Amino acid sequence: MGELKLMKGNEALAEAAIRAGADAYFGYPITPQSEVIEYLMAEKPYERTGMVVLQAESEIAAINMIYGAAGSGKKVMTSSSSPGISLKQEGLSYIAGAELPCVYANVVRGGPGLGTIQPSQADYFQSTKGGGHGDYRQIVLAPASVQEMADFVKLGFELAFEYRMPVLILADGVIGQMMEKVELFDQMPRLTDDEIAEKYPWATTGKKKGTQRRIITSLALQAHEMEAHNMMLQKKYADVTEKEVRFEAISCEDAEYIIVAYGSSARIAQKTVELARKQGIKAGLFRLITLFPFPSKALQNLCKQGVKGFLAVEMSAGQMVEDVMLSVRGCAKVDHFGRFGGTIHTPEEVLNALKSKIIGG
Amino acid sequence: MTEEIIIAGFGGQGVLSMGKILAYSGIMQEQEVSWMPSYGPEMRGGTANVTVIISDERISSPILTIFDTAIILNQQSMDKFEKSVKPGGTLIYDPNGITHHPERKDIRIFQIEGAQLAAEMGNTKIFNMIVLGAYMNVKPIVKLENVIKGLKKSLPERYHKLIPLNEDAIRLGMKNVAEIAN
Amino acid sequence: MTIPSLEEIIKPENLVYEKTDLMTDKALSYCPGCGHGTAHRIIMEVIEELGLEEDTIGIAPVGCSVLAYEFMNIDMTQAAHGRAPAVATGIKRCWPDKIVFTYQGDGDLAAIGTAETIHACNRGEQIVIVFINNGIYGMTGGQMAPTTLPGMKSSTSPYGRDVEMMGNPLKITELVAQLPGTFFVTRQAVHTPAAVRKAKKALKKAFENQKDKKPGVSFVEIVSNCNSGWKMTPVDANKWMEENMFPYYPMGDIKVDGQLVK
Ligand SMILES: Cc1ncc(C[n+]2csc(CCOP(=O)(O)OP(=O)(O)O)c2C)c(N)n1
Ligand code: SF4
Repeated sequence: MGELKLMKGNEALAEAAIRAGADAYFGYPITPQSEVIEYLMAEKPYERTGMVVLQAESEIAAINMIYGAAGSGKKVMTSSSSPGISLKQEGLSYIAGAELPCVYANVVRGGPGLGTIQPSQADYFQSTKGGGHGDYRQIVLAPASVQEMADFVKLGFELAFEYRMPVLILADGVIGQMMEKVELFDQMPRLTDDEIAEKYPWATTGKKKGTQRRIITSLALQAHEMEAHNMMLQKKYADVTEKEVRFEAISCEDAEYIIVAYGSSARIAQKTVELARKQGIKAGLFRLITLFPFPSKALQNLCKQGVKGFLAVEMSAGQMVEDVMLSVRGCAKVDHFGRFGGTIHTPEEVLNALKSKIIGG
Repeated sequence: MTEEIIIAGFGGQGVLSMGKILAYSGIMQEQEVSWMPSYGPEMRGGTANVTVIISDERISSPILTIFDTAIILNQQSMDKFEKSVKPGGTLIYDPNGITHHPERKDIRIFQIEGAQLAAEMGNTKIFNMIVLGAYMNVKPIVKLENVIKGLKKSLPERYHKLIPLNEDAIRLGMKNVAEIAN
Repeated sequence: MTIPSLEEIIKPENLVYEKTDLMTDKALSYCPGCGHGTAHRIIMEVIEELGLEEDTIGIAPVGCSVLAYEFMNIDMTQAAHGRAPAVATGIKRCWPDKIVFTYQGDGDLAAIGTAETIHACNRGEQIVIVFINNGIYGMTGGQMAPTTLPGMKSSTSPYGRDVEMMGNPLKITELVAQLPGTFFVTRQAVHTPAAVRKAKKALKKAFENQKDKKPGVSFVEIVSNCNSGWKMTPVDANKWMEENMFPYYPMGDIKVDGQLVK
């Protein structure tokens, strides 16, 4: 068993970056995730593993540092919260366009605008439908525990390098700020410069005599070239959709009513399911782990199994619910419940909504 | 076994660190734990509270509205959380500064003179450990040896010399907690 | 001796000081001893004394003073983090006869908003920029700022600012003074009555420059304490500021009427 620790989600994310053998972290402070860079600065990973930590002058600078380092084959991470993530969107679009690997986390807070520092899940559309400009996708992992905050860093880097695309860890203020028991995975070595040059022939590590130079770019002057590039990206996204769907079905085997949720909402809804079962309601929880790719097929299968209704529970005015509707395609009732703007729904509120909107409605 | 606790008081009373010690102790006895603080602008000088859950099973919601036990250390928190104790549950409070004492008849109510005892010991910093002791007596869920183990793991080496003082404070709290006839 | 009643004490003839109406009655959200409150007050007094309140639009930043719009009793816009000079540019270009000023912290003005700061100054926008330099990010809980001193501890420089790793403190005020677009550049403080008087005079000059359509930015830095972020009592913080911040960020005018004086 790995080392057991009591940690905040933000701290687990930071520690996991060191242990995953990340080469660098670039960030800018913002509540509720400033603990990530604070932890890294206190932990001195440059002494532990040689990992670089830098406080950038802005999120725009931070994401462009990521772009540069990722293009040279390095394993790099950044994190922020909603307003800062909005600033990163241009850079992320470039990273997606140039097909570079990186992991970043959004510890979401209430918006729009400067909003509030309390937890929210209102960045779902931004996270899953592109965010920045252009036809691109990113893998979105939604941790529901401090353990997953750590584990998804490692998984995120694996996926980012396998598909050469950005991987977003979409958390929220609850997951970032709460402490739980974590079992930390063992320290992984950082790749040496030679290993990087060998493993990632696309990376700009310096042109050796007699070899092809590498160019990291997202530009194509000719429209047909850009179309071809886009088609290749779409093929990659289809591949990801085929292979990388992840979810957890809790008490769904005999369920008549299913709550679909992710992140801290899934934790709250799990309690709702416990309460509902005590009252004899056959409720289940379908917890999304990947938001892109979205587990559409699994939801369709539940429909075929005879589920009568789905309640999408999220701390937003109703975003993820649209993907549930698209998946279920009218074969069962779908509705939405959620508090938002930084307010968190309680298990009891969710149960009431399940009864009024799905069971009774 | 699942124990759902709210600890609430002023920032600076050691509410968050008391919760942390409880959670760490839970880990030491191989249980699942979660620690969820209130965070945000209300933290500055205002009230602070933390929800701690200790369980033999995987913990579902880290955010709760009703609790098995409420540990209450100021009047605002009493106003907010007295009603949040489950019927048959437990409320432990320090009467110092409390003007409206709890009135519920369907729960067990205990008092611990934490602030006064800490002042008598000449160290207000161990206030939260006295209250922790009171809780540990009323609800023997975490064992003293595991609290000490947790302290050793969570505190930097240079503070280990303070552990005996903390242990004394816990014992003092255990001894002095009193049930209010209800 | 009998103790006079409250009514007796607040008789008009006993009043020695009156709060300007350009400050709202809202209780300031700043920590006791923080310089933000005093800086707010003297800016508002200057605007009142110059009779500019009906024509002034203020820009609040993101930082502890994000709520400046709650306290300054004039028209205010709250800008995204670092973008206040761009927001001010937008307003001033469309309303050249209005008085426009920004109020920004060091993170806002000299980190995330460096580009906006430099370019507004370089374009010579006819605005006033008030820059509160407390050497730290107060609002987010004491992280390192671009102006954090070498060796100074913060939550993201827990072992002290290591200039080789984290860069040097940025003297952005000296930097913008070099640009042809700045007309008046000065550095002040608000921790003693004498300093407050000087700072107010400097602010008055800055707003007069704009009123008189003098070409370019009037830039007033106020070195201030952040006792919470520095983890000191207000008194210690002011002492520490005098002993450590002032040598690095020396007081006084740097550029007057478009001419460098230092
Ligand atoms: C895009 C974006 N990034 C980060 C933040 C978080 N944030 C709020 S205030 C602040 C720094 C404030 O420091 P400073 O400008 O020095 O003002 P002070 O609070 O010290 O007065 C930061 C990083 C934000 N609100 N928006
Ligand atoms: S945190 Fe610092 S800058 Fe903010 S109000 Fe307090 S003393 Fe002032």
